Amino acid sequence: MTTLAATGVFRASWLLLAFPVFGAAVLLLGGRRTNRWGHLLGVAMSLASFVYGVIAFFALLGYHGSREVDLHMYSWIPVAGFQVNLGLLLDPLSLCFVLLITGVGSLIIIYSVGYMAHDTDRRRFFGYLNLFIAAMLLLVLSDNYLGLYAGWEGVGLASYLLIGFWQFKPTAAVAAKKAFIANRVGDAGLSLAIMLMFAEFGTVNFTGVFGSVKSGGSGVGLALGLLLLLGACGKSAQVPLQSWLLDAMEGPTPVSALIHAATMVTAGVYLMVRSNPILAQSADARMAVAIVGAVTLLFGAIIACGKDDIKKSLAGSTMSQIGYMMLGAGLGPAGYAFAIAHLLAHGFFKAGLFLGAGSVMHGMDNEVDMRRYGGLRRFLPITFVTFTLAYLAIIGIPPFSGFFTKDPIIDAAWESGGTSGWLLGGAAIIGAGVTAFYMTRMMLMTYFGPRRWEENGVLGGAGAQPASTEPHVPHPHESPGVMTWPMIILAIGSVGAGGFLIVNYRLADFLAPVVGPVPVIHGLWTWPGIIALVLVVLAGGLAWTMYGRVPVPAVAPRGSVFTRAARADLYGDAFNESVLMRPGQWLTRLSVFFDSRGVDGLVNTIAATIGGSSGRLRRIQTGFVRSYALSMLIGAVLLVAGLLVVRL
Amino acid sequence: MSPASYVFLAVVLFAIGGVGVLIRRNMIVIFMCVELMLNACNLAFVAFARMHGNLDGQVVAFFVMVVAAAEVVVGLAILMAIYRARKSASVDDANLLKY
Repeated sequence: MTTLAATGVFRASWLLLAFPVFGAAVLLLGGRRTNRWGHLLGVAMSLASFVYGVIAFFALLGYHGSREVDLHMYSWIPVAGFQVNLGLLLDPLSLCFVLLITGVGSLIIIYSVGYMAHDTDRRRFFGYLNLFIAAMLLLVLSDNYLGLYAGWEGVGLASYLLIGFWQFKPTAAVAAKKAFIANRVGDAGLSLAIMLMFAEFGTVNFTGVFGSVKSGGSGVGLALGLLLLLGACGKSAQVPLQSWLLDAMEGPTPVSALIHAATMVTAGVYLMVRSNPILAQSADARMAVAIVGAVTLLFGAIIACGKDDIKKSLAGSTMSQIGYMMLGAGLGPAGYAFAIAHLLAHGFFKAGLFLGAGSVMHGMDNEVDMRRYGGLRRFLPITFVTFTLAYLAIIGIPPFSGFFTKDPIIDAAWESGGTSGWLLGGAAIIGAGVTAFYMTRMMLMTYFGPRRWEENGVLGGAGAQPASTEPHVPHPHESPGVMTWPMIILAIGSVGAGGFLIVNYRLADFLAPVVGPVPVIHGLWTWPGIIALVLVVLAGGLAWTMYGRVPVPAVAPRGSVFTRAARADLYGDAFNESVLMRPGQWLTRLSVFFDSRGVDGLVNTIAATIGGSSGRLRRIQTGFVRSYALSMLIGAVLLVAGLLVVRL
Repeated sequence: MSPASYVFLAVVLFAIGGVGVLIRRNMIVIFMCVELMLNACNLAFVAFARMHGNLDGQVVAFFVMVVAAAEVVVGLAILMAIYRARKSASVDDANLLKY
């Protein structure tokens, strides 16, 4: 695969980054004087990037043969033996992400204009969103790992700032810190991988690394694959670094939709798919990726079943869906294209679900507890319809998106053969059933059944105002057009995107230059897919018998041991605290003890000894001249005596 | 008389001067004892010059006299200043420079 130098419209592809950077700079440095029109600038810059992305996409479609365009921007780190050029790589894979980030991103930013209308700090919010878009574009467009790493850290920063946007709420501040620290663990893996690349291959360029890794042996491939997987686990909230994502829901809902569902958390999948030549070197590394994906897709789905907080339930669902993508990425060329297809479709339906949840919260005075919803379909008809379409897409009912994009992953996992194929495929099929259960539960608790808020009131909580302790009766209402139109467009995407991408292998053919062709061609209907579909219907029915047929209690019942485990995030936090935090604290205490008693004790003892003895010794200085004279005489006598002794 | 006798005399004078510096309190007396030690040295120099038959020791004796004269000027001036300030010529009263 050769890379073309940028010509024509691609020479201006730096504009993709420049627009959101400009927006972020103006909004964050411009201060209060940009308050009045700041949000409009934020929307405009994001849309401008999107328009350029569309132009570049069609320009790339016009190329035949090689579809990789590299724009060299400038030499970033020119040191002898270590040349890093900041360049942009526009190829089918990165353009898919550009369109997702700027397209879904623009819709969510437009939605935020309405959602954040009453927030006094709206300008800062849009500045952070533009900063995020710029960093995310750098992540997917960079043509080397170091530039990718810079974008990787940039989105981490934006995520931290936006989770903690309502930093006056202690829970939000803690959640932001937790997300940052958990990501640090993953980032360490990524930075080690980049160091290893430089040590082994002497370059961090994609082309250079992928060219050298083939001759590097499987040991290097395995090490790189596992380190990159660690990085991907941190950013994409995969087991074992999953705990931060559920707390990240403390941020404003558009942030949850954009960063913690549609784009940033999928960066790990991008990293895996982009590094496919490295994964190709080591079957063990691919297996590790697939296992992480399979474990997480069940882990997240089970958590989502236990949560009463609508956003946390969706966050568990996000973990689970990204687990599917990781599973797909771990299956090699059979899964890369489908992982990306599921990622794009997920961007639509999960963003739609989150925006729908935000719309419900907007109408319900920021209440997030689904047990205080009920019967909302009459009050929020547009939200209800768009949410339903996204719901049908995520559980994989044909002909909606999820059916087309999830089934190939299930199928590819099943086909991978042997015991691992049984286990991975089985996990994926069961995960599809659990997905149907928790999503149906969410639909029933939110939109159907009696109006539980009328007798119980709402407490409010996730919004800019701190949670109240006195329940009050809200007046649910449909959101304004600036919020509903993005939801409608996303719903259309949820319906059609999957079929468009998968039928005729459109996306797979488009991505083939980057990730290689799909080895085995299947029809739409496969046995694992049909089993999963049957399971989806059964699980939906089970959810109806539990939450639709019988009334939902306003206060959560104690539940079985499994329910309690799911509510406690399957004890992920408890595990971290007991295995990592407590020993860490003990280590700190031990170090402090050693420092104060050991090191300080030794130093202080020496100082006290010298101080005490000199205090006694200085009494010799009496101030009497005669005693000084005597000591001089004694000294002189000793000197003379010494000289005589030496001479004799 | 042999020159060695002068050396013995010089030792005796030096010892008297040294003991005087150590045991007397009056600054003037201590000062005179110091002079006595200097002159004991002079005597020893001259005696050695005679013993060895050259003039080096005699020359040094002259230098010592010059230094002693200068020292007397400075020393007496300090002494006067201390006496004026403290109304005392005892060295034990000037004992502020201590621990």
